[in-house]
Amino acid sequence: MNAGKVITGSAPWRGTAWAMGKLGLSGRTLVIAIPMLWLLVFFLAPFFVLGRISLAEAIIARPPYTPLFERGPDGSLEIIASLENYRFLLTDALYRNAYLSSIRIAAVSTIFALLIGYPMAYFIARAPEPRRSLLLLLVILPFWTSFLLRVYAWMGFLRSNGVINNMLMGMGVIDQPLVMMQTDFAVYIGIVYTYLPFMILPLYANLTKLDGALLEAASDLGASPMVTFFTVTLPLSLPGIVAGSMLVFIPAIGEYVIPALLGGPDTLMIGRVLWDEFFGSRDWPVASAVAIVMLVLVVAPIMWLQSVQNRRGTE
Amino acid sequence: MRGWFLPVAVLLGFIFLYAPIISLVVFSFNDSRLVTVWGGFSTRWYGALMNDRQIIGAAWVSLKVAFFSATLATIIGTLGAFVLTRFSRFTGRLLLTGMITAPLVMPEVITGLSLLLLFISMELSLGWPAGRGMTTVIIAHTTFCAAFVAVIAQSRLRSMDESLEEAARDLGAGPVRVFFDVTLPVITPALVSGWLLAFTLSLDDLVIASFVTGPGASTLPMVIFSKVRLGVSPDVNALATIIIGFVFVAVLAAGWLMRKQMSKGL
Repeated sequence: MNAGKVITGSAPWRGTAWAMGKLGLSGRTLVIAIPMLWLLVFFLAPFFVLGRISLAEAIIARPPYTPLFERGPDGSLEIIASLENYRFLLTDALYRNAYLSSIRIAAVSTIFALLIGYPMAYFIARAPEPRRSLLLLLVILPFWTSFLLRVYAWMGFLRSNGVINNMLMGMGVIDQPLVMMQTDFAVYIGIVYTYLPFMILPLYANLTKLDGALLEAASDLGASPMVTFFTVTLPLSLPGIVAGSMLVFIPAIGEYVIPALLGGPDTLMIGRVLWDEFFGSRDWPVASAVAIVMLVLVVAPIMWLQSVQNRRGTE
Repeated sequence: MRGWFLPVAVLLGFIFLYAPIISLVVFSFNDSRLVTVWGGFSTRWYGALMNDRQIIGAAWVSLKVAFFSATLATIIGTLGAFVLTRFSRFTGRLLLTGMITAPLVMPEVITGLSLLLLFISMELSLGWPAGRGMTTVIIAHTTFCAAFVAVIAQSRLRSMDESLEEAARDLGAGPVRVFFDVTLPVITPALVSGWLLAFTLSLDDLVIASFVTGPGASTLPMVIFSKVRLGVSPDVNALATIIIGFVFVAVLAAGWLMRKQMSKGL
């Protein structure tokens, strides 16, 4: 029934192949070149520009940084590069604190996401089929709605005259509104809330593969459910825990929107410092240096994760 | 993990996930300007939204950017995934593997800043792109969305039965023909979900767009962010409700369609 399609379908493909042969291009090269060139230009090249500007000095001009090459008085080409911006980052307390507090906030949020996400992933993995798909859909559904609007929803929840305070005061639990907005607590909630699906999905994928016979064997041998969980389930789900934690921790380090909307003026996070340095102080070279250091900070845990996975693969 | 503890923990987890969204929707129908104090049912904020030219304009910009970025990202991501799964050896294979997955974990502030600096240097040395606006946002979004499409396409290409392609080749079809007549139809459902994911991600992005955009090309998240920064405002609740309603209907419809197809296939 597809005979007609086959005959008419062949002509244009033969034409394309012929045209490419004429140009001296093999199809294979062309297919490799398209994604390769795009990513070289728009993914890799920007980092070289970033690195080069991080070595420049801020000046009031267009563009607002010193050029890399300059004609010396005798007409020779001189390279102007300095590590001044990096020295500044390392000695200035603001930046050091911002890096440290980003790591702290990301780590605390990751632990909370794990504590909330693990029971959910475990329950969904154990649920019978029609219910399991439904619960999984319910976990993913908020992820498809706007990230910005989900953070905004918490602003209405945590404000001093927000939903939580109104409820607690209405019930007579408190008579003064709790200050929750513009605190680190609000930032933790924001990060846990937005990245919870990233924790649950790898854990779920790991826990569904768990062999039920192992649990039965443990209980047959007299282990209580608690003991079984801590000696069998938890160690076996470690790869899921690591993957989920990385998926929360890594994006949380560079987060800008959550500390900007939910955090207070003293909530230091490096993404926010970079943003303010660029849009506020308009110091492009320092902003670039901040980005380079942050890149190192993010790449290190990824490399570690990769090496852990590779070791696991070879074992 | 038995008894009452697990169900209660799961229930609390789902309340945590959905309570803010539900309150957002409820208070969009609130008559009072105070977002969290109930002042009676009203749809006035929806009316206000329809007359807000800035929001309508930004929504239109966002939809156009998302459409073009998702389409370009699907083409580039699929090609990248195809090359990596089907060509076992070529120069720069390792480089391409790294470049195609790295945007997944790259902090948005870094992607945004580095791309902006690239666009500015390119403008100074090549004269292109002249200024920044929708084109530069589309390029930036395409780059990070292509990574997501590539992951989805790669897993589908790996799991598909390669003997189909071999059979087509044995019957004399050229590589281009094999791709369009055999590979592409098989992976199309994966590409559709990749396109949808890319579309959503582009529509949702605030940080990267803020860096690389120019005058006159403010996206919807940028307009929402500048409103929300000053505090909660009820028309944003109305906008959120429309978006949430749209997403829920779309996701449920997609789920229902997939179930129907699966039961037909069985």
